[in-house]
Amino acid sequence: MDYVVRFVAGGLIVSAFAILGDVLRPKSFAGLFAAAPSIALATLTMATYKEGSAYVSIEGRSMILGAIALSLYCVVVCQLLMRFRFSAVTATGSSLVLWLVMALGFKQILIG
Amino acid sequence: MIVHAKFSALGESRWYEYLVRFVLGGLTTVVAGVVADLYGPQMGGLFLAFPAIFYASATLIEKHERQRKKERGVAGQRRGTDAAALDASGAALGGIGLAAFALAVWLLAPEYGLASLVIGSIAWILVSVTGWRLHQEIRHSR
Repeated sequence: MDYVVRFVAGGLIVSAFAILGDVLRPKSFAGLFAAAPSIALATLTMATYKEGSAYVSIEGRSMILGAIALSLYCVVVCQLLMRFRFSAVTATGSSLVLWLVMALGFKQILIG
Repeated sequence: MIVHAKFSALGESRWYEYLVRFVLGGLTTVVAGVVADLYGPQMGGLFLAFPAIFYASATLIEKHERQRKKERGVAGQRRGTDAAALDASGAALGGIGLAAFALAVWLLAPEYGLASLVIGSIAWILVSVTGWRLHQEIRHSR
């Protein structure tokens, strides 16, 4: 049941931010909403009730590293699209591994 | 450059594209929860910034831009890729804002609980928009 609530809450919040991104112009501004805290809002709200604030704080600390990895991932994707003319599917899909490596690497180095 | 809303853009998306983003958002949220349940909050926190949504939005933006050009009888491959790249540059700045959100949650959650998510959201939008404005000014001053 917990996962069903997560699924619906996450889906709704992500969709809301996606619609904002669809209608806002210029496109570079709309891109800000592709990195909105949509999944975090759904997950951390539930975690606050279920696990408590200390647990949420620990997730927040790790999320900083995930967000830095996301920002670098987007820079790489932008370069693959502009300089190497990759398609969006190829650029965003192939770079997901890079996000994972960076996020786990930062965590290992800075948190342990 | 003036920020504005173009509501006609909503008509460019098919119903199943909204469904795909809803399902992708829901699944990513579930995966983040499963990772946290299995490996603890330190690992789960990383996945709160997983770029699944960006993957979907960049792909759709490229597709819509290409379709728009095709309807006008112009080859739109290049414009589609450029539009996705612009979205990526914005998302890179949004990622810095997301780090500000997470920083606020890390520091404030123990004392303020749920309110830290509200403060974090304000930090996200302020840092993201400020970063975007600075980026625009640097680009135009060159």
